[in-house]
Amino acid sequence: MRMRFLKTVGFYLLVAVIIVESVFPFYYAIITAFKSGNAIFHVDYWPTSFSLSNYAAVLTQGVFARNILNSLFVACVTVALSLILGTTAGYALARFRFGGRKLLLFAMLSVSMFPQVAVLAGLFEVIRALGLYNSLWSLVLSYLIFTLPFTVWVLTAFLRDMPKGLEEAAIMDGASPLRILVQIFLPLTTPAMVTTGLLAFITAWNEFLFALTFTSNDAQRTVPVAIALLSGATEFEVPWGNIMAASVIVTVPLVVLVLIFQRRIVSGLTAGAIKG
Amino acid sequence: MAAGFAGRLSAILRGRRFAVLLFLTPMLVTLAGIAAWPLVRTILYGFTNASLSDLDAARFIGFRNYLDTLTLRSGRTIHTGLLADPVWWQAVWNTLRFAAISVSIETVFGTIVALVLNQRFPGRGLVRAAVLIPWAVPTIVSAKMWAWMMNDQFGILNDMLMRLGLLSHPIAWTASPDTAFLAVLIVDIWKSTPFMALLILAGLQMLPRDVYEAARVDGVSPFRAFFDITLPLIRPALLVAVIFRALDALRIFDLIYVLTPNNARTETMSVFAQQNLFSFDKFAYGSAASTLLFLVVALITLLFVTLGQLDPERG
Repeated sequence: MRMRFLKTVGFYLLVAVIIVESVFPFYYAIITAFKSGNAIFHVDYWPTSFSLSNYAAVLTQGVFARNILNSLFVACVTVALSLILGTTAGYALARFRFGGRKLLLFAMLSVSMFPQVAVLAGLFEVIRALGLYNSLWSLVLSYLIFTLPFTVWVLTAFLRDMPKGLEEAAIMDGASPLRILVQIFLPLTTPAMVTTGLLAFITAWNEFLFALTFTSNDAQRTVPVAIALLSGATEFEVPWGNIMAASVIVTVPLVVLVLIFQRRIVSGLTAGAIKG
Repeated sequence: MAAGFAGRLSAILRGRRFAVLLFLTPMLVTLAGIAAWPLVRTILYGFTNASLSDLDAARFIGFRNYLDTLTLRSGRTIHTGLLADPVWWQAVWNTLRFAAISVSIETVFGTIVALVLNQRFPGRGLVRAAVLIPWAVPTIVSAKMWAWMMNDQFGILNDMLMRLGLLSHPIAWTASPDTAFLAVLIVDIWKSTPFMALLILAGLQMLPRDVYEAARVDGVSPFRAFFDITLPLIRPALLVAVIFRALDALRIFDLIYVLTPNNARTETMSVFAQQNLFSFDKFAYGSAASTLLFLVVALITLLFVTLGQLDPERG
């Protein structure tokens, strides 16, 4: 009896450690962002003030508001393109028989897993040749490297698991493959598309390497690069209050999204990794 | 009648073959243009003397970016190139060490979190939500949040450790060569353990419950049940999770670049390559480094896949 009580206490202690450890850094960023002036240089474990001055500074000085719009644009266009290209390709890979399917799937998995730096030099050349250097489109294009294989992979697995012969009657009635995709599979695939779309959005929103390399002035930056390069009046004066406010601004929508779509995201992650 | 049916069937099959082509081509052309072709170009640039300011003037110079021997007038020979560059080898060592340590710790922590989440208890939803937060925070943001917590003068981490009596004086976590690597590890483990936990949890949830029932009846301790039953059964899920994390760790760039800039103790292969390409005006040298990074990752992947006998259809 006592043993069981101790076990329960130990278990909940572990649970408490996991929760505090997961949440604390973000909590600390939030309470830091609410501090103004010199209060920031005093270590506090609990919220002490609710000043919005850091938020006001970040959103009005400089081009951070523009950076947010840039990130939104890049992430949304990347998601749209990945879903259009990914659904059609996933449909072909899942519901048609032809040689080399397995090889194709493996090749795509390796594309999404290989180090992005490996294509950086060549991609830079392609982007310059297309006249896209320092344009948001260079980011859309480069983000497809990891969002597209993932989308194809998950949608293929999802479409393959649907009952055999779902489309047989439609085929024999002479419906075109495009019509079968749009009228039979698309409505059924919506949940998987929401999941992969969300994950593609999050990766595009967070990407740093390509955004740092392919854009060159502040107005074209996306938020991760903008936050990384936020600096004060002098080199030695790091504007921690502004950085924390900017961090909270770009993270809160993401956390809300992830918490709302928890189940979807978890199943998407595991579908991409395990089922795939 | 039969001929008409056969004709219709072959028309349908022709149409479907055409559809496969139509549906796959846009995706394949895109990936060829943004992944395959740039990869080939990067490898080729590694054999030239290209510079960022004038890519078109690049000339083929063979393996000289990798290894070259110069004989000085004094008769002394010097080796240049990546394979003779101590900075590169330090970056290789940093990357491999980082990947091995971070993935090992994340696997252990991830398994613990997954085992907790696999229990039924009041408040489980809350724990799962909390665990997802580090995963949802962008890497750059987590680097900045932790950089602030690890600040040498105003950081809460030093404050905490000193209150607990674990530190006698504040540490410059991210700037000091001795602790920079540890700082990177801490942030990466914080950020990536949730991913590991979720993948392992998915493996745990597929296990049959009756096996544990039987083990309990037979008086097997939970500890032994974990090592003798659970671990062998979740091995495939664990292996996939480890591969995913390892490949991710081997290409790490953003966390290092932002948390510990210009620090030889933490610089990884990706950082080395990117900086040579775009900051140091050594485009060809950076391309050669990218190529070597690609080879290292390809080799390790091949090793994992052969050892783990993964099959994309089976998973």
